[in-house]
Amino acid sequence: MAATALPPLPAIEPAQAIEVIVGFIRAQMAQTGFSRLVVGLSGGVDSATVAFLAARALGPDDLLAVRMPYRTSSDSSETDALRVVEALGCRTERVEITSMVEPMLALVTGGDEASLNVRRGNVMARQRMIVLYDRSAAFDALVIGTSNKTEALLGYGTLHGDMAAGLAPIGDLYKTQLRAVAGELGVPQEILDKPPSADLWPGQTDEDELGRSYDLLDRALFALVDRRWSADRCVSAGLDRALVEWVAGRVARMEFKRQPPPVAKLSLRTPGFDHLYPRRRPGSRR
Amino acid sequence: MEYRIALAQVAPHLGDVAANLELASDRVRAAAGEGAQLTLLPELALTGYLLQDLVPDVAMRADDPRLLAIGSETPGMLVAIGFVEETDEHRYCNSVALLRDGELVGLHRKVYLPTYGLFDEGRFTRAGDRIRTVTVGEPIGRIGLSVCEDFWHASLPMLQALDGASLLVNVAAGPSRAPGSSAGLQAIEGWHKMQDTYALLGTVALAFCNRVGNEEGLTFWGGSRIVAADGSTVAQAPLWEEALVVGTLETDDLRMQRYGLPLLADERIELVRRELDRIISERAGLDGTPPEG
Repeated sequence: MAATALPPLPAIEPAQAIEVIVGFIRAQMAQTGFSRLVVGLSGGVDSATVAFLAARALGPDDLLAVRMPYRTSSDSSETDALRVVEALGCRTERVEITSMVEPMLALVTGGDEASLNVRRGNVMARQRMIVLYDRSAAFDALVIGTSNKTEALLGYGTLHGDMAAGLAPIGDLYKTQLRAVAGELGVPQEILDKPPSADLWPGQTDEDELGRSYDLLDRALFALVDRRWSADRCVSAGLDRALVEWVAGRVARMEFKRQPPPVAKLSLRTPGFDHLYPRRRPGSRR
Repeated sequence: MEYRIALAQVAPHLGDVAANLELASDRVRAAAGEGAQLTLLPELALTGYLLQDLVPDVAMRADDPRLLAIGSETPGMLVAIGFVEETDEHRYCNSVALLRDGELVGLHRKVYLPTYGLFDEGRFTRAGDRIRTVTVGEPIGRIGLSVCEDFWHASLPMLQALDGASLLVNVAAGPSRAPGSSAGLQAIEGWHKMQDTYALLGTVALAFCNRVGNEEGLTFWGGSRIVAADGSTVAQAPLWEEALVVGTLETDDLRMQRYGLPLLADERIELVRRELDRIISERAGLDGTPPEG
């Protein structure tokens, strides 16, 4: 078995993937006893895709899209978020987080500019989580997550922030695969065309921050994770060694973000060890 | 003739084979310093226990030079150590190797993989299908190797005793089912009772080496021990903490025990086999009885 060409990302069948995800969302609603969803809408392709999927599963009246700009958020993010709301006809609210984030950062200071950027990004993401869960209670809804597979594997997200959700419809779609799904759903072209950004500070883009293109990241992840290729094999197939090692190291280092925390086992039945049930089961409907 | 066994009750590093190789070498050196001729390290001592999808990353062939080198600097030293074995057919087994002077002298693949309660071993490794013993020469004689859960099936130690074992060696990575309560201690007591009983019924000496430490919230209980062929405790390691415990066995004790209590010699193995054949046949419905239910 010679290591020849790098395996291409399998082409997603967008219509089929959409059918599966819509079925998943409806099953989760039925099993939890909820009939409404709340999504944080940033104006980016991930949350737009999730909003389209949720609206297709439930109808626009049962979807609340919450826009949560910060003082540095770009105007185009708000414009693009509103394009999604307009296209779907879903409910929407705007809750600016600046006046919630600033006092926290003013109260607890320290660190250099770079660490302040990271802190601010985390505080923003967690503040948005607080808003979403608060609105979900008021709207009697579940929070639907917008993390994709690339982010989850690389841990490119904030624990208890943007990674917090009741269900994760696009968690098994790589960023580059997700675009095909978004296109099929009719996500506005302006959103599909712009460079992905967490918009945590002006001019930020994901690919600048990660230092690699999503195309390369997804190819490396697919080979390492889905195909279980060794780093050496990825390299002999043409991927840059530094990239492969960075990706593999990050996937391992960020494992903690993908799992609940370890429990110190003391008793005969311990959640996670020997108290194991389906997440949704008879009696778990609210 | 006397011989000394060292039980290296260690806490392996999960997924870090290089660190565990060092740990193993260090413990074998210490055991040699104590005059041991046989050193036991626990189940999966080279890899750690809760491996999940790390299994293929840490697996090695049974003739891997890293494995064979363990203990080779001490001439004549026997070392039993657990590792993840990858077979020629790429089966991944929870195996124990018996090593001496850079050679593999014995190998056992865990036959019973617990996949219930807190255990999920059958999800990640494949079961062995041989129960054998290996002759290692004087003074020990013949060793029957097994891994942890194998001992919860009485047929295995009894087969090894009938196959001529003078010493049963069980290496384990036993997580406590309830380390915070009396139920956990009760389970440990169960392990020890079972070992005493095997030694007594098999008129065979027994050495058990269990790991300690904590992985992902699971706590391993240790309690390694050596039991003489009359069921008496020769050496006992503490619970929960690392230790190197050494004990001495006298081959003449086994000899006289078997003279005074000739259970093995009296065992009716043809009768056992006939009854087993009948049970197998009935279970499979080959005796013409209609299927149950």
